[in-house]
Amino acid sequence: MYTQALDTHGKEPAPAVSGESAAQAQRFQARVDAEDKIEPKDWMPDAYRHTLIRQISQHAHSEIVGMLPEGNWITRAPSLKRKAVLIAKVQDEGGHGMYLYSAAETLGISRAQMFEQLLSGTAKYSSIFNYPTLTWADVGAIGWLVDGAAIMNQIPICRCSYGPYARAMVRICKEESFHQRQGFEIMLTLAQGSGAQRAMAQDALNRWWWPSIMMFGPSDADSRHTAQSMRWKIKRFSNDELRQKFIDITVPQAQFLGLSIPDRELRFDPGTQHYLIGPIDWNEFHAVLKGNGPCNRERLEARRTADEAGRWVREAAAAHAVKQHRRTPQAAGGMEPEAS
Amino acid sequence: MSARSRTPSERDPAQQAAHFRYVLRLADTSLVLGQRLGEWVGHAPALEEDLGLANFALDLIGQARLLLTYAGELEGRGRDEDALAFLRDAPDFANLTLAEQPNGDFGHTIVRQWLIDAWQLEIYAGLLRSADSRLGAIAAKALKETRYHHRFSSGWLIRLGDGTAESHERVQAGLDSLWRFTAELFAADEVDERMQAAGIAPALMELAPRWSARIDEDLQAATLQRPPGQPYPWHGRRGVHTEHLGHMLAEMQHLQRTYPGVRW
Repeated sequence: MYTQALDTHGKEPAPAVSGESAAQAQRFQARVDAEDKIEPKDWMPDAYRHTLIRQISQHAHSEIVGMLPEGNWITRAPSLKRKAVLIAKVQDEGGHGMYLYSAAETLGISRAQMFEQLLSGTAKYSSIFNYPTLTWADVGAIGWLVDGAAIMNQIPICRCSYGPYARAMVRICKEESFHQRQGFEIMLTLAQGSGAQRAMAQDALNRWWWPSIMMFGPSDADSRHTAQSMRWKIKRFSNDELRQKFIDITVPQAQFLGLSIPDRELRFDPGTQHYLIGPIDWNEFHAVLKGNGPCNRERLEARRTADEAGRWVREAAAAHAVKQHRRTPQAAGGMEPEAS
Repeated sequence: MSARSRTPSERDPAQQAAHFRYVLRLADTSLVLGQRLGEWVGHAPALEEDLGLANFALDLIGQARLLLTYAGELEGRGRDEDALAFLRDAPDFANLTLAEQPNGDFGHTIVRQWLIDAWQLEIYAGLLRSADSRLGAIAAKALKETRYHHRFSSGWLIRLGDGTAESHERVQAGLDSLWRFTAELFAADEVDERMQAAGIAPALMELAPRWSARIDEDLQAATLQRPPGQPYPWHGRRGVHTEHLGHMLAEMQHLQRTYPGVRW
């Protein structure tokens, strides 16, 4: 998912460190078990705090980097309505990034620190955004499949034990579900269009299907951290459960569109009432996560270029704020805003 | 005036053509500027500015859609917003030349935005009293958006002008480079005169001093110098553009041109 790297990188969460009494930890777990929301000023185990910082910041970075592949089509959207809808959608992703950075800030990390981690490559973002958007149909496929997969994971996070994250997620999920329907509608229009448009839609499905399946992260057998995150009620379902749910919902949608899922082994199992897929190419998944996907370099480069090119603008805003503060009469003897 | 329809143009073909042309100019300026702002999405200096520029792009594309649809109706040849946006070549575009200028750095974008925001403020406010009630209604909506755009662009002009030595220098350079396109903003031609005479459009000559005063006020707050003179009278509104517009349209129109006649 947007935070799939959590399951594959990093150490196991540390047990309670010194200074955290067993009684505090017990009270905390009891609150979590009782579905009480943990708020920023409440006591929480360090490991809980660090897991959340990593998860929420990865999620935020995914939203910000995710603006790039779709933003790639804003100037070329094929109608003015599609252009307006796409701009609004990409803007929503930026807004999601903003709520999520704010939610993470309540845990004691700044947006600047998180940005630095993204730009230096120490923080991860979802592997899905390292794939290129080659045709207009990719904009449809991202909405339909990528946002569809994101919703599967994010709806349970609306009930996450950490209040600010859960609340940010409620709004995000509403917008994501709108995006998913917009994406499907693009695919439907193409599927009902000319031969070239249908071919474009099929090609997009061929390229986005497996990466979308991989968004749910490693299979449960290989997933680290899941058990602890479930105990803390940060995570409610396992990767494989969510993946299966996505497949079961999406396969009939592809059939409705008249498009073929690029998996010869795909079949419906009447016993379990599930669609079963062929083997996932985990080598590709790990390669993309490690930075060797088709667009990892371009995505980070775009973020770094924007950051570097915007430095003088941010410095100017800070310098102006200081000057303005000095100009106000009541400023004499008061605190000054930071200049950097 | 609400009871009056757009009939003043309907019986006179020359008047009708001017009416179409007038609305098309407003539409194209919004469309082309919105398209330019769309290039920023995902690449702005800070997340808040990214969302802001995307918002203005959305507003401007929205204005363009209303105006192009109306222009298509005035023309009466069955062209809708997309036929007008995607199937005309550069010489048929009637935007202000300023709107098509490339983004440059953030300071350059802000100067371009601010000059056009201040222009649109006057135009849209003037159109509130238009004999064309449909155009007046579109202007009323656009004016609300433009007030906010101007607050943003003048705010940044001041921040950049007053901020650091580097930002001052950059934004002044942007102003010096773009100022030459401002001669076109209030240069009335036959289309404007016909529309003014019919009570459809405000008199450009009367708007110019108001625009100029607003510009001077913002420049003073930003500690920037108003560049001297306006040497070359560009004529984007008459279809004579800079080299930049053709490239923008090649990108913008690519899908409609490659796959003609399909629904998207």
